Amino acid sequence: MQYLFSVIHDQPDLATSDEMAAINAFNDRLKAQGHWVFAGGLGAPSAATVIDNRGGEAVFTDGPFVESKEYLAGFWIIEAPDLDVALGLAAAGSKSCNRKVEVRPFL
Amino acid sequence: MVDVGEVITRAHHEEWARVVAALTRRFGDLDIAEEAAAEAFAAAVERWPADGVPPNPGAWLTITANRKAIDRIRRENKRDHKQKEAQLLYDDDPPEPLGAIDDERLRLIFTCCHPALAMETRVALTLRMVGGLTVPEIARAFLVQESTMGQRITRAKAKIKAAGIPYRVPSAEDLPARVSGVLAVLYLIFNEGYLATAPETDPVRGDLTAEAIRLTRLIRALMPEDGEVAGLLALMLLTEARRTARVSASGELVTLDEQDRGAWDAALVAEGHGLVRKRLATGEAPGRYQILAAINAVHTSARDVRDTDWSQVVALYDRLVRLDPSPIIALNRAVAIAELDGPDVALAAVDRLEDKLADYHAYHATRADLLRRLGRSQESRAAYDKAIELAGNTAETAYLTRRRDQLG
Repeated sequence: MQYLFSVIHDQPDLATSDEMAAINAFNDRLKAQGHWVFAGGLGAPSAATVIDNRGGEAVFTDGPFVESKEYLAGFWIIEAPDLDVALGLAAAGSKSCNRKVEVRPFL
Repeated sequence: MVDVGEVITRAHHEEWARVVAALTRRFGDLDIAEEAAAEAFAAAVERWPADGVPPNPGAWLTITANRKAIDRIRRENKRDHKQKEAQLLYDDDPPEPLGAIDDERLRLIFTCCHPALAMETRVALTLRMVGGLTVPEIARAFLVQESTMGQRITRAKAKIKAAGIPYRVPSAEDLPARVSGVLAVLYLIFNEGYLATAPETDPVRGDLTAEAIRLTRLIRALMPEDGEVAGLLALMLLTEARRTARVSASGELVTLDEQDRGAWDAALVAEGHGLVRKRLATGEAPGRYQILAAINAVHTSARDVRDTDWSQVVALYDRLVRLDPSPIIALNRAVAIAELDGPDVALAAVDRLEDKLADYHAYHATRADLLRRLGRSQESRAAYDKAIELAGNTAETAYLTRRRDQLG
């Protein structure tokens, strides 16, 4: 199965160099153990643009689709046989980036 | 003359979890397993009185449930791999040897008590899938609408499937934490039975305590070497032994020091003491349930409350505080301190917990009692008032009210 690990954060700060080093080490582990699919850090929500093209003309809106204190700071997509393995990896991921992580299965 | 109704009830107790577990393993789907097991038991209710009880009721139920599950899969005419798999597997072979199936019940328990599920969901799912209680029974036990409870269980099954919660015993590395999660579910069920939190139910509900004990016995049978499983079973037995002495004829809570110790269930006390002794003999460091069981063993060893070995109780609480620094443990320790060092020392310890326990009725009830013993009636009355306001259990409210009204 594939799982999305969403990194949840509520401060504007980016990862520190210590956190980046831990994230890189975690990424290496994901690759070495065959769990790695993709990962990335995201720019601030204020850099987001929402596009709605359901009505025939694309409408652009400045800012994220939902304003909230907590936002998506980055994500991993990983491959794991079941939720127990995914939760174990997510625990290590949360430790590495020093932020909360939500685990959600892909359909 | 065999009472078929009784046989069916016993078969339900003994075989339900086994049937659900075996079917979940075979079809990889809790929903199918649950429905087919329920249909098989309904078939037994219909057929056993007329046809007679089959020689091996467990095998009959498993085979019948297997057929029901396959019927459902065919009926739904799913063209996915499940049907092909089912067709391949469909046979009337007798069930697997006991050992393997016992393991499957363990898988079922760990899946139902998975930490990715909310606590109330784990409780509901465990009572349904492992305990075999019906949705209306569980809904009544926790005072929620049947439809709400039904949805809770349906959503849980859907999450297990969608999120890939595995159907297996956790890895050795995860096992201690996961066992402790299972025990927390069982202890919660027991405690809700032992001191119901809501005023709308009976103050003490033997159906829930009995179910919790039954499930804990099952886990003990499956994991006989686990000290904390034994500890929780001992704790439940030693608590359950006092159940009938705990509420008076007038529906008032009777505290430990005022209970008629002759009314305690001697067989349960003996069984609980036996488990505690066995754990002590291993020499392994006890976990929190084993220490709580040992504390209860000290209490139930005293024929009269005056014979209670309070220094032993306090020593055990000291060990417990080191394992579990929760303020509720500290509160219970203070109750024992009152007997050993006097109510003034205990009151000082209790007052230090105010920040954390100001909304907990037992904090105020404990303070009220200590203040009463110190002759500080005014303050005691105020503390009783607060405790009564916060307590949900009817027997406890009645007890606290009488105590307050007896203040000079």
